[in-house]
Amino acid sequence: MSADNHSSEAHDAHHDADHGAHDGHDHGSFKTYMIGFVLSVILTAIPFGLVMTGVLPTQATALIVMGLAVVQIVVHMIYFLHMNTKSEGGWTMLALIFTIIVVVIALSGSLWVMYHLNTNMMPTHEMSGMG
Amino acid sequence: MSATAIKIDDPNVFHLEEEPHHEEGASTALGFWLYLMSDCLIFAMLFAVFGVLGGNYAAGPGPKELFDLELVAVNTAMLLFSSITYGFAMLAMVKNNKSQTLIWLAVTGLFGLAFLGIELYEFAHLIHEGATPQRSAFLSAFFTLVGTHGLHVTFGIIWLVTLMVQVSWKGLIPANKRRLMCLSMFWHFLDVIWIGVFTFVYLMGMLR
Repeated sequence: MSADNHSSEAHDAHHDADHGAHDGHDHGSFKTYMIGFVLSVILTAIPFGLVMTGVLPTQATALIVMGLAVVQIVVHMIYFLHMNTKSEGGWTMLALIFTIIVVVIALSGSLWVMYHLNTNMMPTHEMSGMG
Repeated sequence: MSATAIKIDDPNVFHLEEEPHHEEGASTALGFWLYLMSDCLIFAMLFAVFGVLGGNYAAGPGPKELFDLELVAVNTAMLLFSSITYGFAMLAMVKNNKSQTLIWLAVTGLFGLAFLGIELYEFAHLIHEGATPQRSAFLSAFFTLVGTHGLHVTFGIIWLVTLMVQVSWKGLIPANKRRLMCLSMFWHFLDVIWIGVFTFVYLMGMLR
């Protein structure tokens, strides 16, 4: 009898936890939103400042600007979109990883191929210019 | 006796004892996320096009002659402010505070409209100077990429107004909360895309 009682309690607790998991989309808190906002402001202000003032050499500026953009995208993902490995049983993270792989292949592939195409077209262009 | 009792208590069950309890719309968040990922691929292709064609000015104006970084900085601030105010709307929604949710949604919408207004002003300015999408491959790619983002923001604002009407009529019912959550993901996603736009189109354009 007591064992039966116990199991039914356990079942209830399990059910509640289950219910909470379905209901409990992570909405963040005031604190996490403010952390994300302040980080975003800093990560936006630095690249704009660097390009507008031009204090650093062009190549260094370009690298820093791109690096900070990646960091800011991650900040947005964590603090605004509430990405984590557990939401929806990990399926959102899996979809994100797949998307990133496709995006990286498409972007780097396009730029690589088209850059080489442009390079190989150069001589003809120069010759027609000379002629 | 006891052995049979144990057998009855603990049968080897290979199926779920009860059907998994799915609330209505429980899978909406995942489905919407998959939509956002496919939208992300659209933008990735447009970024790739801009990356390939971004240097082909066809003897026309380049980024340095066209872009006004201060205007872009203001625009970026507008979108960032709208992101944080949407976050506040979500926090008010979690607390079931209908009026506060509506106020923050309205503020978000105003920031979104400010962003669109500035972007349209920029486009009008460019076209007035003769830098139309037909001018060069660089400008075609620029208008397609930035225009697609602007179109997304436009539809986001339409969706936002629709939800404000729905919330004010029916209150913060579960269906409306689910819709607000989807728009939240959409809105923050657009801000993430804008990070790519201001970095690769405007800032890197000025460095070319």
